[in-house]
Amino acid sequence: MKISTIKHTTNPEVKILAEVVLMKGNEAVGEAAIRAGCRYFFGYPITPQNEIPEYMAKRLPEVGGVYVQAESEVAAINMVYGAGGAGGRVLISSSSPGISLMQEGISYLCGSEIPCVIVNMMRGGPGLGGIQPSQSDYFQATKGGGHGDYRLIVYGPSSIQEMVDIMFRAFSVAEKYRNPVMILGDGMLGQMMEPVSFPGETPPPDPRSKPWATTGNRGGKSRLLSSIILDPEGLDAHNWKLQEKYRRAQEEEVMWDLEKAGDAEWFLVAYGTMARVCRAAMAMARREGIKVGLLRPITLWPFPKQAFEAVLPHAKGFLCVEMSTGQMVEDVKLSVEGKAPVYFYGRTGGAVPAPKGVLKRIKDMVSGKTPSITDYYDRVAGGELK
Amino acid sequence: MKAIYERPRALKDVVTHYCPGCTHGIAHRILAEVIDELGIQGNTVGVASVGCSVFAYNYIDVDFQQAAHGRAPAVATGIKRVLPETIVFTYQGDGDLASIGAAEILHAAARGENITVIFINNAIYGMTGGQMAPTTLEGMRTTTTPLGRQPASQGYPLRVSELLSTVEGAAYIARCSLHNAANIAKAKASLKKAFETQIQKKGFSFVELLSSCPTNWGLSPQEALKWIEEKMIPVFPLGEFKVKEGEVR
Repeated sequence: MKISTIKHTTNPEVKILAEVVLMKGNEAVGEAAIRAGCRYFFGYPITPQNEIPEYMAKRLPEVGGVYVQAESEVAAINMVYGAGGAGGRVLISSSSPGISLMQEGISYLCGSEIPCVIVNMMRGGPGLGGIQPSQSDYFQATKGGGHGDYRLIVYGPSSIQEMVDIMFRAFSVAEKYRNPVMILGDGMLGQMMEPVSFPGETPPPDPRSKPWATTGNRGGKSRLLSSIILDPEGLDAHNWKLQEKYRRAQEEEVMWDLEKAGDAEWFLVAYGTMARVCRAAMAMARREGIKVGLLRPITLWPFPKQAFEAVLPHAKGFLCVEMSTGQMVEDVKLSVEGKAPVYFYGRTGGAVPAPKGVLKRIKDMVSGKTPSITDYYDRVAGGELK
Repeated sequence: MKAIYERPRALKDVVTHYCPGCTHGIAHRILAEVIDELGIQGNTVGVASVGCSVFAYNYIDVDFQQAAHGRAPAVATGIKRVLPETIVFTYQGDGDLASIGAAEILHAAARGENITVIFINNAIYGMTGGQMAPTTLEGMRTTTTPLGRQPASQGYPLRVSELLSTVEGAAYIARCSLHNAANIAKAKASLKKAFETQIQKKGFSFVELLSSCPTNWGLSPQEALKWIEEKMIPVFPLGEFKVKEGEVR
């Protein structure tokens, strides 16, 4: 649905920028991928991301692409391996339990250096958990997830527009590093609707233009995509080559946002949906005269340590807020290096911390009282839950 | 002077890592001959699986992808969907295909995925040292069936060709054996038919090759070939189970 039409532009080639549409997050993910040149999608149904495969099933054939519904997430990620290895620009999406099933394949993708973009619309766990938004797959996404020494480049967008913008970036970064990139959303970002515009169109790359892709040797030297290296010296060398790539990503790909950081004494640290809640809490705190800023990591790996270095000289404390029992807070502590106190507040299972709850913890932090890490503990302490 | 027998171009001039008497070498050779005869070497992508043939790409001279254990048909699906005009095959053992990869092979067939699957059935896990496979015969001793496979607790051997021939998407299904020259010639003819099925875009093609594993069977190479004939073929009968859609022989 179009809600407005023309933005001012003198460039006839960026017409598409003028179009603002109201879209559901999951559908915007699909459209953004197609406009970023993705023509292959392999999926398996799981809530709350079903609109992504549904959208791709409808749209990809219209642009000459391919949608395959796999027999499982295990098969789907291995189809991505084959398709990415054959030089296709490939997207796959799932939600937490399905992403767990993909960990083996993700490890192989990293070992064989095959690029792709993976979307995880996180829901509550562990196990089958629930279908409401959560951020409890942070460890899995940023610390490896599968076996072996590897990293994903992980983005945690906090709006549908940002998710769309990052999708374009994600494919080029994946291909630049020959490594999977993950967009770590949550059920809220997937299910909500927002106005969004698409930054142009990128044509799909020719699979045969990639000098490493297995497209048939055409009489030349045969190519191989493999992750098995039985010689210890060889595997050691391969691992350090991967690490060199990750080191480069830590230099070149880090993204973060700082809001009201200029005069801030206290910082909220949050990503994705939680950053939006924190923005509201920050406004409430500021109305009460508390100088609060928001530090929002956009790349979750590489983690934006630089952002902390910038604000540490005037930061009295950090409050990390997550829809988990505390995962990103470990990276916050590593970045702060004990130079300021770090607190945590979180809820899980689809319960989303409310601005009021965040405000309460901000006040605790400011008054020198250690904020309780969750409402649940408050209720236990208050005798409500015994 | 006329050459009447030479190394196929698609077979690399290297020493293989296979054990003496193993029929992987024969399977590789006839595969390479078929690739040569069909003139598809430059337009083929192979998918190696996990098992003794994990290094198949060291011997067959085409582009290759190495797949995770059991996932070769899914990987082949991804390749074929990006490159529909490229010939795509998998080369998988019985543990890889019939156990951990049972879902992937069944659904690749169900989708009528236009790929060719070469299935090496030697009734045992070779690379890991001789454990029970889904195709291990009743009473057959392996390192994990020390008293012989007992159907009461360890079940029965799986007949994959028969199973897949019931699937509508499958266009060509055959089981052959590599235990003597006549059967090797038939196996090569079936492999060629399978690749032609793919070239003609008829759908999923599959050739099962009964193979020997002298090392893990504890037999000499000659005894192992005899064992295929006497023990395996009665359980895994040879023949074409499906040719084109709907046509069952």
